[in-house]
Amino acid sequence: MTDALWYFGRGSGVVSLVLLTVVVALGVGARSGRTAFGLPAFAVNLVHRNAALLAVVFLVGHVVSLFFDPYAQLRVFDLVLPFAGNYRPLWQGLGTLAFDLVLAIVATSLLRHRLGARTWRLVHWLAYLSWPTALLHGLGTGSDNGAVWLWSISALCTATVLAAVVWRLTPGFGRFPQRAPRQVNPRLLPTRTRPAEAGTLEEAR
Amino acid sequence: MNRLHVDWTACDGRGLCAELLPELLVEDDWGYPAPRGDMSVPPALEPAARQAVDRCPALALRLTAPASS
Repeated sequence: MTDALWYFGRGSGVVSLVLLTVVVALGVGARSGRTAFGLPAFAVNLVHRNAALLAVVFLVGHVVSLFFDPYAQLRVFDLVLPFAGNYRPLWQGLGTLAFDLVLAIVATSLLRHRLGARTWRLVHWLAYLSWPTALLHGLGTGSDNGAVWLWSISALCTATVLAAVVWRLTPGFGRFPQRAPRQVNPRLLPTRTRPAEAGTLEEAR
Repeated sequence: MNRLHVDWTACDGRGLCAELLPELLVEDDWGYPAPRGDMSVPPALEPAARQAVDRCPALALRLTAPASS
């Protein structure tokens, strides 16, 4: 039984990290106009939300199972107060910090219609702090530290999020969808492409 | 009948509402929702309208109760 808690705690932590990676990648890539894999925008939005809630389920499982685990020997305040643990306080504290941030992000998201868009978005940006913190926690603490499979999963997660960031930063990632051809007065175009000037150049030749 | 209300100062043209509620909203050329009718929500579309309101990333969509008069 005690072994079961220990193994569940380790496994659920990894599952939670993978799910959070999906959530962060979708969140980074979600913007108007273009969505990943040709999905409609509402589908990306719903997968983002549902994967996040599922990640919270595994995260709570991760914390609760290790709380009752006789090896980990967590105290109640270790669940929310970072960097105060007895065992590897820095690495365990990173996990506690990420847990707190995820709780704040999820709570404000569920209440965002009451909080307003500005507060919700400010708290939501904490995800960019929470996800790397969780990643470092997974790499630094625990008995899987140094295992090839854990490093592979962490590298894949990092690559996924970095790919989403790069994709979003590409110049073609427009803020507005380009569904209609823009009708621009030729006089307002940059000078070198102005047809009148092209004409004068032609004449000068 | 409840009515849909778009807060145009908040709307960012993300297009989710027109995807979730094509019966009442159509996307214009720039992705912003354009009303098909008078934005009153028939009872059968109430759940879809609530989901569209819930999913709006800019919190720009609202359901407003009809005036009591």
